[in-house]
Amino acid sequence: MDVLVYLVPVALGLGLVGLAAFFWSLKNRQYEDLEGASLRMLSDDDLPGN
Amino acid sequence: MAEAVDFSTFVMARPDGACEMQLAVEGVHCAGCMAKIERTLGAMPGVTNARLNFTNRRLTVDWRRGEVEPGAIVEKLEAIGYRAHPFARAAEDEEARQAAFLLRCLAVAGFAAMNIMLLSVSVWSGNFTDITPETRDFFHWLSALIALPAAAYAGQPFYRSAINALRHGHLNMDVPISLGVLLALGLSVFETATSATHAYFDSAVMLLFFLLAGRYLDLLMRKKTRAMAGNISALKAEVAHRLEGGRVTTVPVVALRPDDEILVKPGERIPADGLLLAGTSEIDESLVTGETALKRVQPGDAVYSGSMNFDGALTLRVTATGERSLLGEVERLLEVANARRSKYLRLADRAAQLYAPMVHLTAAFTLLGWLAFGAGWHTSIVIAITVLIITCPCALALAVPAVQVVATGALFRSGVLLFSGDAVERLAEIDTVVFDKTGTLTLPEPRLANARGIAPDLLETAARLALASRHPLAKAVARESSDRRPVAGAMEEPGRGVRAMIDGAEARLGSPAFCGIDVPAAEQAESTSVIAFRHGTRTAVFQVRQTLRSDAASVVAALQAKGLDVRILSGDRNEAVADVAAALGVSEWRGEIKPADKIAVLEELKADGRKVLMVGDGLNDAPALAAATVSLSPITAADLTQAQADAVFLGEKLQPVLDSVEVSRRARRLMQQNLWLAVIYNTIAVPIAIAGFVTPLIAALAMSGSSILVTLNALRAGGRRRAPAEQATEEAAVMLPFVCH
Repeated sequence: MDVLVYLVPVALGLGLVGLAAFFWSLKNRQYEDLEGASLRMLSDDDLPGN
Repeated sequence: MAEAVDFSTFVMARPDGACEMQLAVEGVHCAGCMAKIERTLGAMPGVTNARLNFTNRRLTVDWRRGEVEPGAIVEKLEAIGYRAHPFARAAEDEEARQAAFLLRCLAVAGFAAMNIMLLSVSVWSGNFTDITPETRDFFHWLSALIALPAAAYAGQPFYRSAINALRHGHLNMDVPISLGVLLALGLSVFETATSATHAYFDSAVMLLFFLLAGRYLDLLMRKKTRAMAGNISALKAEVAHRLEGGRVTTVPVVALRPDDEILVKPGERIPADGLLLAGTSEIDESLVTGETALKRVQPGDAVYSGSMNFDGALTLRVTATGERSLLGEVERLLEVANARRSKYLRLADRAAQLYAPMVHLTAAFTLLGWLAFGAGWHTSIVIAITVLIITCPCALALAVPAVQVVATGALFRSGVLLFSGDAVERLAEIDTVVFDKTGTLTLPEPRLANARGIAPDLLETAARLALASRHPLAKAVARESSDRRPVAGAMEEPGRGVRAMIDGAEARLGSPAFCGIDVPAAEQAESTSVIAFRHGTRTAVFQVRQTLRSDAASVVAALQAKGLDVRILSGDRNEAVADVAAALGVSEWRGEIKPADKIAVLEELKADGRKVLMVGDGLNDAPALAAATVSLSPITAADLTQAQADAVFLGEKLQPVLDSVEVSRRARRLMQQNLWLAVIYNTIAVPIAIAGFVTPLIAALAMSGSSILVTLNALRAGGRRRAPAEQATEEAAVMLPFVCH
């Protein structure tokens, strides 16, 4: 079972990366306007000539 | 747009030299609206960023200092078809910070719960098969490594609230929660250090996760309600015309200061309390006193914010609040009412005060019992602590907030915005409903009473002409028109009426004398105002008066059918109140009463042991709202009054009052059911724990099982499926994005 010694920390590390990503998204105000985000993807602002 | 408004009070200067303003926007339905607004404002020179938050319909605009006039932004929006008004946002920022903190706690608890559970499941299954003690210890130490910092961070909301309660000598639900979590962690560390089989890291962290989820949802719902109410009041916020050395500037009402001189034009509401300096007029004080007959005012008179100015232009000096007669009296009464108001003890807190001592005593007796049976200190303490862990009131703490979230959501959909957290519980208890008359049972604006008796084409012509006038009586006539375009070339003669050429003949709408019509005195009842119309040779006389909300009779009947005692207390004249009471089938009513009398009546009812719901909108109702068990206001209510209400309701119907009683009664029933579920869970789990059979696996299953059960039960508070008609309108609303532009 020696494999646990590095597999478990790797798993935990990945979990922490996920947590950090969540904190980043929270700090970046990604959850302020959930309804708006679902509508924004419908607009074609990013196309050239618009 | 008549004149530019000075919105500088709402502009926030940022340290980097930019300016920022937030606006509530009305009429945003779809992605198209959003793109249109952002693109239009983004194209304004000087604007660096415009972003619309679709969830709360708020627009944030940034610009370089000095390059954009804030009023121009509002005008620009108006030009493309959206009404917007800036607003001040201090109070909501605190709530947003709190929500963000709870969400961070939730994330930490969720991360920890998931990872510890992975380790725990391995240990549990390993205990049945071939796990070596070394591996188990390793897993336990890893769990401790995750659980201790996570619980220290994510448990903060509970620890703080528990310490706060203990410091004031109370017990709340957070005390046993904090104790349970801390003991579970302490015991687990001790057991891990001694290489024992069982550790409870998973239970402690999972408990925090469930409870945080409940609290976060509760706060989110409140935030949504608050944002909606904020938008409505921002959009309602009227402007005032301030006189500054002979010049008139239009400023938002919040920017007014005492001793400012302001001008109130005919057809406008008086924006602040003041002393009349010049001008005479008739004003409608129904929002202030409940009185529906017009009052004549002249220089030297005090006038109150919320009164409607009918005829003449008035100049007044703004006075500080609380200085004079009526307002001063209302404020004094408010103080008394608020001081006397007993603090409502929430259901959950009442449960906690019974529960916490009982649980702690049970644990103590368990310890003593096992010691008496000679089990030894270590075993006895471990078993006593498992009793505390298993009784840690997860289900109990979720039982009430979960129902509250669902009930607040259901009320939100039927147009009731709840401000106070325990209003649902108090609403469920009421046995008496006291209504104010003017503006509550009746519509806030007067309506045309004799529309049926007038030829439809004549009414239509009159209504289109009325659109050109600002006079309140004309507005009631204008409401009847199906065509919203005013007649071209209409001329308004202040204090007399409005005239125009329509289809080759002169049309006049206004006072009977202005139209050359004699109105027999018999047709002029005291509570009715008369407005005349002449088109060529055809004439009509319109009667305008306060009319009942369309569903007032049916709602009052439904409330009575529920066994509630419905009463009316009004500041209006007795005859007017008697008519309304008769129409609604209410036998207990009183008219011509002052704010102090309203309180006295409520105090009397309360002394009889009654729980009173007060529904009112006038300034004169504010003290009564504060004195009642629970209170509701229509959204049109005076600001001071709204601030005293536990909830406000939207729309022209009275139905929300009935809905709020129904939903809250259902919610209370579910809260009680949930508390019983929690009790049943404990009566099963506690004996097992006392007997010493509880393992971490059982603890985890029992706790999550009971939490999920009460949450599922709480979902029923939303109520049955709505009627097909309502669903159809909702479907139409869903379709709106595709038909909007």
